[in-house]
Amino acid sequence: MAILDKHKILEKNATLLLIFSFLVVTIGGLVQITPLFYLENTIEEVEGVRPYTPLELTGRDIYVREGCYVCHSQMIRPMRDEVERYGHYSLAAESMYDHPFQWGSKRTGPDLARVGSRYSDEWHIDHLRDPQSLVPESIMPKYGFLLDRVIRPDHIVERLRTDRTVGVPYDEEMLQNAVADFRTQADPFGDAAGLQARYPGAQLRNFDRQPQLTEMDALIAYLQVLGTMVDFSTFEPDPNR
Amino acid sequence: MSDKPRNPADDHASPQNPDNQVGLRRHSADAEHAAKLGGDIPPRPAPDQPSTPSQRRKGRHGVGLKETPSTGHEWDGITEYDNPMPRWWLWTFYATIVWALGYMVAYPAIPLVSQATQGLLGTNSRTAVAAEIDRFQQANAPVQAALVETDLAQIPSDPQLVSYATNAGGALYRTWCAQCHGAGAAGGPGYPNLLDDSWLWGGSLEDIHLTLQHGIRDPLDPDTRYSEMPRFGADGLLERAQILQVTDHVRSLSGLPHDAARAAEGAEVYADNCAACHMDDGSGDRGQGAPALNDQVWLYGSEPETLVRIISEGPYGVMPAWSARLSEAEIRALAVYVHGLGGGE
Repeated sequence: MAILDKHKILEKNATLLLIFSFLVVTIGGLVQITPLFYLENTIEEVEGVRPYTPLELTGRDIYVREGCYVCHSQMIRPMRDEVERYGHYSLAAESMYDHPFQWGSKRTGPDLARVGSRYSDEWHIDHLRDPQSLVPESIMPKYGFLLDRVIRPDHIVERLRTDRTVGVPYDEEMLQNAVADFRTQADPFGDAAGLQARYPGAQLRNFDRQPQLTEMDALIAYLQVLGTMVDFSTFEPDPNR
Repeated sequence: MSDKPRNPADDHASPQNPDNQVGLRRHSADAEHAAKLGGDIPPRPAPDQPSTPSQRRKGRHGVGLKETPSTGHEWDGITEYDNPMPRWWLWTFYATIVWALGYMVAYPAIPLVSQATQGLLGTNSRTAVAAEIDRFQQANAPVQAALVETDLAQIPSDPQLVSYATNAGGALYRTWCAQCHGAGAAGGPGYPNLLDDSWLWGGSLEDIHLTLQHGIRDPLDPDTRYSEMPRFGADGLLERAQILQVTDHVRSLSGLPHDAARAAEGAEVYADNCAACHMDDGSGDRGQGAPALNDQVWLYGSEPETLVRIISEGPYGVMPAWSARLSEAEIRALAVYVHGLGGGE
């Protein structure tokens, strides 16, 4: 064929080959990705999913910083054994405000998609400080130092704003109250009603049982909200998805 | 080195040197062979022109001489053979294409305007997992119904129910309980051992069942088992010295090494502050979850510093209520399993 005979031109010009390779990959990517943005059966609106509170978001950053995702996935697959062990299978909407998402398939430790409210805060403190004291066969490292690292909301407004630029709906009110909300969630005397109104279902308490606000507070606040936003007693799974 | 002129007959290439006869004969044979081969090779066509084989002979590979055509590509005098793909590879490749076409028809595949094609088989991971869970629930329904209907005290005498409850309870234990009580149910500091016969709230089947249903100090369950040891130190109920005295007294109750003088002083503190729940002799009270202090089983540890910490700050162990998360049949299965671990009364 005539067009194939011209292939030699591409093969002999590295830059041209690069441009055309890029074009081919672009077309392939568009064909695979574009439908996901408009197909009704890939976009599921689920009630209850809200952006993370400032403290939860900080805990999430600690989770990522410590590499928890290297051993723990956050995605329960629709299989009987997983549903019976971890709870309802994960929905795409549950990680719609995750940047980046924490799915994954490598489970050195158990899946954490629904670890929220499964254990008490004390259990988390004991377990993060010395996992082997609770689960002797565990190979998880110790994270007791989180109790000693005091955190301050110096950059929390910028942090929320960053997430807003990638589509997380933090509004002006949330940004203005970010510093206060950051402290309120672990402080029994803060503006609890305001925080609850901005972030429905947020859990407020002193997570690490210490007077000062530490990384342990933030991480446990994040762990305790995982998988609890959607009320599965009222959730009707659409079978066509 | 000798100064004599060289004898030409000694030269390595000289035919006059008898030592060279073998080498020279081989050289001439090689030259003859090369000339013969050179005559067989057809003249090379102009570069970039695909050549066609001058001749093809039928026969098996390696037996008949067959010249492979060139692709016409040439790099620095090296040309590329135009060998065909192996047949097995080519046909496997075609088969995968055919398989893909069938797969696209049978399973969800092609994105259309509002949704992707759903496929002729109608497979869907959500309905599949729901059906799978339902299938097992159906299979277990009769025995679970029997477990719920049977009076709790009668379950141990029904071998079929005990067999089911022990297995199902074991699976549930490993899913929900092992994180605190340990995979082998031996517990840990602050998390009670379930293998021994030292029970905080009672070790009968009914007691274990009640504890599982409503938990201990679970803030979310109004019927939870509740009691709270005062924080004697943190709330200023006892002096530091009194706490140290009572610590020695508590250690004396179970025969641990202690300061006898301080323990004697602590006896009065104990009688005034502790005996109401832990009893005069330290035997404890299961009605309010007060552990026995006169045995060798310690929930948090028996070291003096641990005892001082517990007396000062108060223990506040929480066990979650399970009636909101597990079905009655599952809770009963767990109760039978835990009861059968060794300490059941």
